Amino acid sequence: MLQLENVHVYYGAIHALKGISFHVEEGEIVTLIGSNGAGKSTALKTISGLLRPREGTMTYVGRDLTAMSAPGIVRLKLSHVPEGRRIFANMTVQENLDLGAYQRRDAQGVKKDAAYVFELFPRLRERRTQVAGTLSGGEQQMLAIGRAIMSQPRLLLLDEPSMGLAPILVQQIFDIIRTIRREGTTILLVEQNARMALSVADRAYVLETGRIVLEGGAEELMSSPEVRKAYLGG
Amino acid sequence: MRWTKYLIWLTAAAAVYGIVYLLAHVGIVSRFFLLTMVQICIYIIMALGLNLITGFTGQLSIGHAGFMSIGAYATGIFVVTFGKPVSAALTELWGDRGVTDVAYYIFILTSLAVGALAAALFGLLLGLPTLRLRGDYLAIATIGFGEIVRIVLLNTKALGGASGLPVKQSVDWATAYWLMLLSVVLVYNFVNSSHGRACISIRENEIAAETMGINTTKYKVMAFALGACFAGLAGGIYANHMYLVHPNSFGFLKSFEILVMVVLGGLGSVTGCILGAAVMTIMNNVLAPFPELRMIIISVLLVVMMIFRPNGLMGATELRLPFRRASATGAEEGSGHDL
Repeated sequence: MLQLENVHVYYGAIHALKGISFHVEEGEIVTLIGSNGAGKSTALKTISGLLRPREGTMTYVGRDLTAMSAPGIVRLKLSHVPEGRRIFANMTVQENLDLGAYQRRDAQGVKKDAAYVFELFPRLRERRTQVAGTLSGGEQQMLAIGRAIMSQPRLLLLDEPSMGLAPILVQQIFDIIRTIRREGTTILLVEQNARMALSVADRAYVLETGRIVLEGGAEELMSSPEVRKAYLGG
Repeated sequence: MRWTKYLIWLTAAAAVYGIVYLLAHVGIVSRFFLLTMVQICIYIIMALGLNLITGFTGQLSIGHAGFMSIGAYATGIFVVTFGKPVSAALTELWGDRGVTDVAYYIFILTSLAVGALAAALFGLLLGLPTLRLRGDYLAIATIGFGEIVRIVLLNTKALGGASGLPVKQSVDWATAYWLMLLSVVLVYNFVNSSHGRACISIRENEIAAETMGINTTKYKVMAFALGACFAGLAGGIYANHMYLVHPNSFGFLKSFEILVMVVLGGLGSVTGCILGAAVMTIMNNVLAPFPELRMIIISVLLVVMMIFRPNGLMGATELRLPFRRASATGAEEGSGHDL
């Protein structure tokens, strides 16, 4: 479904991604794990068109993403939940969701998907007309995911959905991730919380300073000594 | 419900027009009052344009007077060049009758459109390269633009240079008033359309807007061009009312004054804009006899204002008719408690 081949990304003179290649197949949950600054978020931003690769190819459902604009990529049903949630703080929950459906013109379908989002996150229904900036961190994360779902993604990029959340909320968010996959959306997940990420994913890639150093099935990596030592606390 | 609301606003607008018209006709209000009225209308249109750029889309621009002067000069040149021949041709066609006046009035309205379009074009040309800049950098670039326009006009002999461009007065307060209302309606509808939503989402969070599939560059340029268009319209009214267009009437301080109006009224509020422009213009004119105190009083007021109402008179909200809205009341109940 998504295929990256030898992708290089730079921030000015800084070489952030040094030729990474990976793929995501339809229906999977794939996770990129790694420590701070490994290039996980950079990879997601590159896929969704916020950054441009200097070298390499990216294809998604048979289309070349390399030169495509961010709006064009969203049109291909690929949605990005950016790191740190980035909700529209002065707008209501409902307005945030409406903006998620910005490119859609089917009012009926939008309504149906809003109902689906409220089913996934009953908290959001309760706070539908509340200003999003006043939501708790967990609710904001739910809103960010819900907003992305409103664009009917076939592939959802999630950047650190567990960041700054209480353990019980982290558990909830990961349950939702499973549900979304069950409903037919493929997920590419970036996480620092490697244990949680591996427990929900089918396959995983380990990034270190801009390179993929390990890859494999999630369970396989979970039991690999290097991963245990470096990311799971022994 | 929707139509009743429009009807009430329209009635109010017509009532203001009727009252001022009557008072002016009877001779109770002075010419100074009517001048103030025209100025308020001009500055409301200016502030609406800047609010689209700065208030709704979040791009700080301090060169708005530059667009105003482009509009004023474009309108002025158009009227000066074609005014006499058009007027002569019309008189020849219909003689000294009402039709001639109406036709000439349409010509004047065309001149305003020319000014607005010229400014919009410059807005587009300036927006395309500069909107990659953020915050303070964009502000500095727009200041530069405003000064370039001023200096170029000041040194162009063909446009009157430092002695300015004299233009006959052919727009009265009523035209200014109705054009101001038209601008308010246009801006209000734009802001409440999906395009307006897109602009607001850019202000709220540009990266998130982009991940929603919003073409942020397109909307920033669109807001810039539209804002400039309104400034051009205001400039055109100015040219057709004030007898003289002079480059120094549209300097950096004028840009700054417009920004103050928008901030005073409330960034991101249409009614705030109207309020801010009206308050500032009236203060300016009322305090005109005390020039040495005027700036001090206005500055003190602004400081006090920023302490007690940092979001402006209206904040980002709109002045609404006091109708109860069912959905809004339902919301209050839902948000009663937090975690």
